[in-house]
Amino acid sequence: MAAIEEQFETHEFDVIVIGAGGAGLRAAIASAQAGMRTAVICKSLLGKAHTVMAEGGVAASLGNVDSDDGWKTHFSDTMKGGKGINNWRMAEIFAKEAGDRVLELERWGAVFDRTPAGLINQRPFGAHTYRRLCHIGDRTGLEIIRSLQDKGIHSGIDVFMEYTMTRLLKDEQGRVCGAFGYRREDGRFVVFKARAVVMATGGWGKMFKVTSNSWESTGDGLCMAFEAGAELLDLEFVQFHPTGMIWPPGARGILVTEAVRGEGGRLKNSEGRRFMEDYDPDRMELSSRDVVARSIYKEVEAGRGSEHGGAYLDITHRGSDYIKKKLPSMHEQFLKLADVDITKGPMEVGPTIHYVMGGIKVDPETAAASIPGLFAAGEVAGGLHGANRLGGNSLSDILVFGRRAGEGAAAYARERGEVAALDESVIEDEKAVLLKPFENFEAGMTENPFVYMAELQAILGDHNGISRTEEGLQEGLRKLLELKNRVNDLGVPESRMFNPGWHACRDQVFMTRIAEAMFRAGIERKESRGSHWRLDFLDLDADWGKHNLVATLVDGEVRLEKRRAMEMPAELAALIDDKPAVSQAALQATRQ
Amino acid sequence: MAVFKVFRGDASGGKEMDYEVPSVPGQVVLDALHYIQANQAPDLAVRWNCKAAKCGSCSAEINGKPGLMCKTRVDAFGDEDIHVHPMKTFPLMKDLVTDVSWNYKVNKKIQPFTYAEDEPTPFVIQQEDIDRVIEFRKCIECFMCQDVCHVLREHDEGKDEYFGPRFMIRIAGLEMHPKDIADRIPQVKGEAGIGYCNITKCCTEVCPEHIHITDNGIIPLKERIADRYFDPIRAVFRKLGAKRERVPAKE
Repeated sequence: MAAIEEQFETHEFDVIVIGAGGAGLRAAIASAQAGMRTAVICKSLLGKAHTVMAEGGVAASLGNVDSDDGWKTHFSDTMKGGKGINNWRMAEIFAKEAGDRVLELERWGAVFDRTPAGLINQRPFGAHTYRRLCHIGDRTGLEIIRSLQDKGIHSGIDVFMEYTMTRLLKDEQGRVCGAFGYRREDGRFVVFKARAVVMATGGWGKMFKVTSNSWESTGDGLCMAFEAGAELLDLEFVQFHPTGMIWPPGARGILVTEAVRGEGGRLKNSEGRRFMEDYDPDRMELSSRDVVARSIYKEVEAGRGSEHGGAYLDITHRGSDYIKKKLPSMHEQFLKLADVDITKGPMEVGPTIHYVMGGIKVDPETAAASIPGLFAAGEVAGGLHGANRLGGNSLSDILVFGRRAGEGAAAYARERGEVAALDESVIEDEKAVLLKPFENFEAGMTENPFVYMAELQAILGDHNGISRTEEGLQEGLRKLLELKNRVNDLGVPESRMFNPGWHACRDQVFMTRIAEAMFRAGIERKESRGSHWRLDFLDLDADWGKHNLVATLVDGEVRLEKRRAMEMPAELAALIDDKPAVSQAALQATRQ
Repeated sequence: MAVFKVFRGDASGGKEMDYEVPSVPGQVVLDALHYIQANQAPDLAVRWNCKAAKCGSCSAEINGKPGLMCKTRVDAFGDEDIHVHPMKTFPLMKDLVTDVSWNYKVNKKIQPFTYAEDEPTPFVIQQEDIDRVIEFRKCIECFMCQDVCHVLREHDEGKDEYFGPRFMIRIAGLEMHPKDIADRIPQVKGEAGIGYCNITKCCTEVCPEHIHITDNGIIPLKERIADRYFDPIRAVFRKLGAKRERVPAKE
């Protein structure tokens, strides 16, 4: 056993957090504040995680603009947006604690736009009943990550930048006790021993071709947990953000913040008609993301798409000064990348993969996963958002459950004794998986990981996209399993020095496994709900509305279980009405 | 087709390698590098994340000028060859990736946001009182201002003497926050080395967020130092009007 610890760079902590987005950093701060020796391990540089791409705001019912707002309405909106299959206890905790987490962030130095009374300003967003999104222009995510970063580095956290973890380690009792991976810079292997591990690795949107996600969103954290035996939840639900850039080709998929619609943006088809009138007249452009994305898709299918196959999004009526103040980065983005001045003309937009609602199944109170020693928060965790996430809810999700995961992990770590020696065979096995592409290349197997990824992305895009059918999903699964035959043939020339081709090889193994679980879950759920739109089962199904799909990996095979959701207490159920959730004030703005 | 001359190498040396990349409308330099990675050189080391100019990961020197690769359009260069090199100010790791860890060490030396124990919360702050700070907080830490700063770029000892423009902006954002009570002015004058900045404004020119680094950040900080250390009349006024010491809140 001692041999391993000499062979690899080895670190030992009470709690390790994998991922340094908002959830990971908030978890690490909570763990460090609880007195635990805490490390954050991230694939990129600190402060570059996907949280920076969250633009429009963080949803919390502070009631600074609409004083009627409160946790009950936020809870109800969240459950309605998720089409009722959210974990109600998570939604309750979330709605109650979001406000405190935002105010805490302000005390840590975050700066938000203000109301005339000097309080945090709040803007409307789709499917929120009130103006609820605390924001700073259109770069709220950057503000949040920077504030957490600055708080974190002064909280006694050790940060390991550009380290990739690829395998969770468990002790003889089956408790997670660390992680194994490599340093990106030189490819050296590294072991982290820990009494508790928090998974905060974000989503897996990179599995799709048209995506707003970066290279990091390959689902490694989800897959590591899956392979370690953790239960996953609701993998069939993938969010298309209605508004991604569609032109020029290089910019395709880049996010156009929902704040454009929150600030009054109007969606129009090629005939100049505000087509949301035909799909959701009560909420128009401020409908939920699943509905708006489908509406754009239907317009394009009907031949009424924009020049490059999307819709026009027009905010010019708000005036140049207002647009530059409230949407500065959108203004810059379109000017630089698409030669479009959004103060003078419309943007062209279309659906882009944005977020995954499913993820590691967690306990609402502690964010503990189903295997001991593992905790999860943020996009990699499932349950809070049900079948469709509301805009702005992910930034408050990462704060609320990031903190709970950090505290949960700290409490667990404190109770647990020293971590025993690590299981050498698992490390040897993972080492072999990581080095295989070099051996393959030597042996003449040169399957290119980037070509493989493009094929995987095409399969997901074509068959697990915005509209689904049994036939299409089965066809996609068949193609995927065919592709999977090649995953063991990936080969790159040997060099462990900062080698993106080598790094990408391990990602393909993760993504292929998750893709299979996603297809199987999509086939299983025979209804349309939220983001899961089945052309062959167009309606909500009452029975499915009471069930989640739980995935586990048994002997390398994906197993699905249709599991009955816990009954919601009557007093919470009573909070959820049938009214379409929309901010009336915001609807007015689109008409101005 | 465009020809990309990309620096390949590591700390021990390297040279430009030529790659031909098919032109696509609206293509940015990062798209071209991804094409090269996928088709010609899978081991080409490039840092990137958001590909939307919001994370500041993909800084490089393109035809001699620092720029975000995700925001630099290929068509802006016409028929010219495109030379892509790593930032020069930081130690090279491999190809276009440099070791920027020095910046993170500097950041840690700066006292974080600190408000007074007796400050009512939630804060009441007017928009006009944070507009200045908002400009500084737009920084995406691409470190291109650090890359072009003469003090850091041309003198090996520069990094021991001066924190660089990025951290002048960070400090300015804290000092000008209406609820912050910490005093970082002695640090700005001392170990942060603001005196080394001779206001050539190169940093401002390369900032992808268009922050007026010198005019709105560095010069006002220099003025605060002048007021405190070199203006006897103001020093008297300051003593007369001195506020009572406020106790920092614990978080």
